[in-house]
Parts: sequence; structure tokens; C-alpha cells
Amino acid sequence: MAGYPAWDQDSARSIIAGLAHLEGATLPILHALQEEFGHVDPQAVPLIAEALNLSRAEIHGAISFYHDFRTVPPPRRVIKLCRAEACQALGCEALVAHLAHDHGIVVDDHSGAADIAVETVYCLGNCALGPAALVDGELIGRVDAGRLAELCGSQVGSSHAGARA
Amino acid sequence: MNPVAIKIFVPIDAAALSVGAEGVAQAVLREAQARGVAIELVRNGSRGMLWLEPLVEVETAEGRIAYGPVAARDIAALFEAGFQSGGTHALRLGVTEELDWMKRQQRLTFARIGVTDPLSLSDYSAHGGLAGLKAALAMTGEAIVETVKASGLRGRGGAGFPTGIKWKTVHDAPAEQKYIVCNADEGDSGTFADRMLMEGDPFLLIEGMAIAAVAVGATKGFIYLRSEYPHAHRTLQRAILKAENAGILGDSVLGSGHAFRLEVRLGAGAYICGEETSLLESLEGKRALVRAKPPLPALQGLFGKPTVVNNVLSFSAVPWILQHGAKAYADYGMGRSRGTLPVQLGGNVRRGGLIELAFGISLREIIEDMGGGTLSGRPIRAVQVGGPLGAYLTAGQLDVAMDYEALASMKAMLGHGGIVVFDDTVDMARQARFAFAFCAKESCGKCTPCRIGAVRGVEVMDRIIAGTERPKNIAVLRDLNRLMTDASLCAMGGLTPMPVMSALNHFSEDFDRPLPALAAE
Ligand SMILES: Cc1cc2nc3c(=O)[nH]c(=O)nc-3n(C[C@H](O)[C@H](O)[C@H](O)COP(=O)(O)O)c2cc1C
Ligand code: SF4
Ligand code: FES
Repeated sequence: MAGYPAWDQDSARSIIAGLAHLEGATLPILHALQEEFGHVDPQAVPLIAEALNLSRAEIHGAISFYHDFRTVPPPRRVIKLCRAEACQALGCEALVAHLAHDHGIVVDDHSGAADIAVETVYCLGNCALGPAALVDGELIGRVDAGRLAELCGSQVGSSHAGARA
Repeated sequence: MNPVAIKIFVPIDAAALSVGAEGVAQAVLREAQARGVAIELVRNGSRGMLWLEPLVEVETAEGRIAYGPVAARDIAALFEAGFQSGGTHALRLGVTEELDWMKRQQRLTFARIGVTDPLSLSDYSAHGGLAGLKAALAMTGEAIVETVKASGLRGRGGAGFPTGIKWKTVHDAPAEQKYIVCNADEGDSGTFADRMLMEGDPFLLIEGMAIAAVAVGATKGFIYLRSEYPHAHRTLQRAILKAENAGILGDSVLGSGHAFRLEVRLGAGAYICGEETSLLESLEGKRALVRAKPPLPALQGLFGKPTVVNNVLSFSAVPWILQHGAKAYADYGMGRSRGTLPVQLGGNVRRGGLIELAFGISLREIIEDMGGGTLSGRPIRAVQVGGPLGAYLTAGQLDVAMDYEALASMKAMLGHGGIVVFDDTVDMARQARFAFAFCAKESCGKCTPCRIGAVRGVEVMDRIIAGTERPKNIAVLRDLNRLMTDASLCAMGGLTPMPVMSALNHFSEDFDRPLPALAAE
């Protein structure tokens, strides 16, 4: 997760230029910028608006509508924890309570202070093996308190690094 | 590859990976090498027996033998026990196809999933792939549309609208540009069939969309995939590239002269983008506000052009129909629900996974016989069918058949075929509160009943849970639900009352708990 380059207008501009030809290019551009920099900086708004011949309000409107896009750099690690019904049936809310109680991690705390953020998502398509989480693009099933603590800890990454295709 | 190499299968499906399949695959490779055993490791899709994942299979003269659930640390012992030739071991389950879970199913759409290498086109063709598209290319657009109509296929995304009628509208609409859009947003809790299909047999979806394109005269298609599915995204991109290189997609689909190009587009974490008009707005690059209908997307859809919007499973049912004929498909099912339904069983259940069956099996058979009851071992208390907008049923109501009309007659819905099981620790007032909270968070915000109603709903539920003027607040709750049902523009606001009212009507004791409320442990 860590190690995104700092926001750079010129490379942002070239990412935008490379995708502007697509039909309905806004979301592909926003995804590409976020993939590159970890966030979509507000400075991107006029660049995208100009490239797509849209108003700044339209671009800002799109960024703010979708839950995925962030406008500030992400913490070192983001854990997306499923809190939809099937995972509720398997105790995901107890995990949320446990995170707050034992680790001082408040789910969906956007103050930006923490090194690790746990964010709510609704369903990861792993409803038969819940509770489920998505960490750095890897799906994790049967998450329990121990596994969550491990993911939030410092030695994370080593235990399942081999799972990366 | 050495012709005598032993074929070993370790799934690459995201659910299997989520419980360690990658480590198992690596261990198999290492162990085979250390022992000098020649193997060919195939990364297949999942058979859908998710409680047995990682499920490892070995090809033998007897058929494929399954072992599971396998951990990486089991691999050495498995080789020791001779699993590479089907040897006995505590994890040996038997011939995969003969397992009760597999034998009870009628797999048409999922026939290849777990069997083949998802990204091998030769494997795909060897198992019947492309036969449907080839048949379609020998037909007129009208004839394809008629075949789909005659099959009785109804949209598998949730609303159950007849697919053939939708295609006919697009077919008959005059336009120089038409689009095929696959709704791969699969946002419902408890559903994962679309994901499994896209990861386990992506060429099937591509083939289904190509048939639709040929049928209605569209040249461009989009798969709108939710961003929560990164594995499916990678698989689809690779599959599309391969399909282009093989001439299945491109200027001339299998040399027919029909052009069809396909792109995957990622959503950005908004449940409402599963609603088809919201999805189209999103594809156009806008805030995904739901459009008023009419005009129908079939007439004025993506960029204002006639557009087929179908679910992953709807498109994926079509190749089988073209290959085997409309009647063969319609022979499965009951009433107006023809063909097969991929059921997804999840939540607090012992054996969860994917089951493809003709419409008509009862919920009880699925949950108790196939699912084996709850994972916790406690009694089943509630079952939600059809996603976050679907009703909660009681343990006493499970004899209902999996069929659009049968569920509707119980004020419930089938939706995308997801079943979520809860044991007796569930607090149904909290589930009702969640339904509103979810709607408040995911509402597109275009219409007042949903945008404001959901927020009010959370407040009313908070008062009920806190024990404040309960009779009065329950009256407000009923009133609010009636308003949202009647006045919302789309089913997000219009159906949120379904889980709420079913919780209130079937589990009223939870709305009248003595105070202080029993906090969940
Ligand atoms: C709030 C809401 C969410 C929906 N989510 C999905 C979805 O995730 N996938 C889907 O295929 N259809 C979804 N639908 C249904 C679509 O609007 C549409 O009916 C469907 O894509 C049509 O395809 P089908 O006829 O093949 O089912 C949703 C509808 C609503 C109102
Ligand atoms: S019901 Fe909700 S989601 Fe649907 S259009 Fe109205 S505000 Fe949008
Ligand atoms: S509900 Fe959590 S993964 Fe589906």
C-alpha cells in the first residue's frame, strides 16, 4: 500500500491524455489516477474537465458520488471489511467492536490520523466463507479476531505475501 | 508438457484463494518437484463447494478425485499417501462428480466451472464452448431472438424480465449504433455467482454477449464490473485479450463479418450502480443518479442508443440455449420460471456455496439438506433471500419453492438467488435498522422518499430499539414504509421496506424487547 509517488501534475496530465479517448472516460481516468497516486487530488479536477470538455462541477460531482475515490493520500494500509448481511450472520459486527475495544481502531474513521484504516464495504462475494475482508487486492475469508489483529499488526504482508498471483 | 504428467487441479477462484489456495498450489509444485513427480498443475475455477476450499483434485482413471479442505501443510502427507494416483487419505472425498452436492445439481451454465482452466480457449472449445455462438452465426437476428424468447429465460439479475423480449425491442429499434452492456455489479449480500462465473468461465460470458450483439446488431459492449472484484477484473481482461487474438471479438466475430468489441469498466463502490439506468449513467462518466423510465434503456440506453442490459448469468445462459435449443432449456423449471437458477448459499451455514438447479427446489431442501443447517450449530432463526432488499423469512417458512412467483406470493423475492442464513442470536430489529442504514448510505439521492425516508427510518428504529414510545413509533414505521414503497422512483427505496416489514411482521418480539436491550455479546 505504502509508497505512492507524490501527486504530480505532469504525470497526471499524461495519464488523463492516455484515457481521454474512451467513451465515458471519467471513471477510468479517476481509477487510473487513484491507482497511480493512491488518491485523486483536487488538482485533477480542472485537468480532467478540460480534457473531457466537461464542467468542473461534473467531475467533482462524480468524485464525490462514488465511495471508492479518496481525495487525500491513503494510510499505509487499508483493510476493507465486509459488513453486509452474510458477514453479519457470521459475526463481523463483533469484529468491529473488537477493533475499537482492543486496538483503538474505529471503522470508517476518516480523520486521517491512523496508520491503518479499516473501511466498511458491502459484500465481497465471499459470503459462504465470511467474515470477509479485502486487503491490498487480496480477498481473505473466515476472518477472526486473531487474523484481523495480524492484518493490523506490523508484520503483516509476510504471512500471505505468497498469495499474490 | 510430459504426456504422462499427472493433472492436479487447485482453484484460482477468489473464494478459494481467500482460504489459502495459492499457498496450496505453491506447495504442490514444490513437493512434486522435490519428489521428481511430473505434474501438470491446472488452476481451475471453483466447483462451488466453498466449505471444502481449497479443494484439490487429481485426475485418475476412475475420474477426478477430490481432496479437501487442503492446507499447504497437508501437501507432503498427501503425496506420501499417494494422492497423485488417488490414494487414501483423511482428506479424500471421492470422485468429485459423485459427491452428493455435485450429483444433485443440474449444471447448465456452471457445467464447465471448476472443470476447465478458465483462461484456456482450447479447454473451453473441448468442453462445448463456442457451439452456441457458431449456431447463432448461422441464424438471422430474428431467429436468435425468437430462440431466446422461446427458452423462457428471464433476467437473472433480480427483476426477472424476459430476456428475449428485451432483445427484440433492441433488435427492432433502428439505430446506427447499439450497445450490449453486462451488469456485473453483483452488489447483493449473499451473492457470488456472477463472480464465480467471471473467474471460472469468462469465455462463456464473452460468448453470450457476442450472441446478443449478433442478434440485435450491436458492435460495442461493456462489462460493468464492481471494483470489489479485483480477481474477476484481471481474469476478464486476460480473457478478452485472448478472445480478440482468437477472432472471437473484433472486426469479424469468428469470421462472420459481424464486428463486436468488448471492454471491462470498473464501478467505484456504489450499490445503486447495479440498477440498470444508474449503471448507464456511471458508464457515461456521471454521478450515477437513477433515470426515470420511460424511455427504456432498450430504446434509449447508453449514450442515448438502444442498449441491451443484462446480468452476467442471463448472458451466460444463452450459449447453452443456442447450442441445445430453446425447448431443452424450457424443459427445466416450473411455472413461468424456466431453466436453471444458480443459487448462492451463504451466511451462517455449514456447507455454503453455489448450487445450480432447475427452479422449484424448496428453500428448506437447500438450507437443510445441502447446507447442513447453521455453521454455529444453533437453530436457524431467519433467512434472507434476494439480497439486502429481500425479505427475511422464518424457519417455519422455508418450504417455499425457489421461484419468482412463489416467493412474491409470500411478500418475498428471489432477486439474484442469494440465500443468507442467520441463527437464533440474530436481533431482527437491528437487521431492520441496518436495511434503512444501508439504503441511506447507498441511495442515489434523486428522490425524496428514499433519500430522506431511509434516514428517518434509522431514527425511528433507534427509538424503537431504545424503547421510546414503541406503539407510536411502530405506527410511524409502517407509515414510512408505505410511503417509501409507493413513492420511490426505483426499487432501492421501493423495496427497502421489504426486509424491514418482514422483520417487523415475522419477528415482532424483537421490536418489543424488554429494556435495557440485551446487548450482543
Ligand atoms: C437497487 C438495485 C440494484 C440492482 N443491482 C443489480 C446487480 O447488482 N446486478 C444485476 O444484474 N441487476 C441488478 N439490478 C437489476 C437491474 O436494474 C436490471 O434489472 C438488470 O440488470 C437487468 O438484467 P437481467 O434482465 O438480465 O436481469 C438492480 C436493481 C436495483 C433496483
Ligand atoms: S429510490 Fe433511492 S436510489 Fe432509487 S432513484 Fe430514488 S433516491 Fe435514487
Ligand atoms: S456479505 Fe460479506 S462477502 Fe458477501
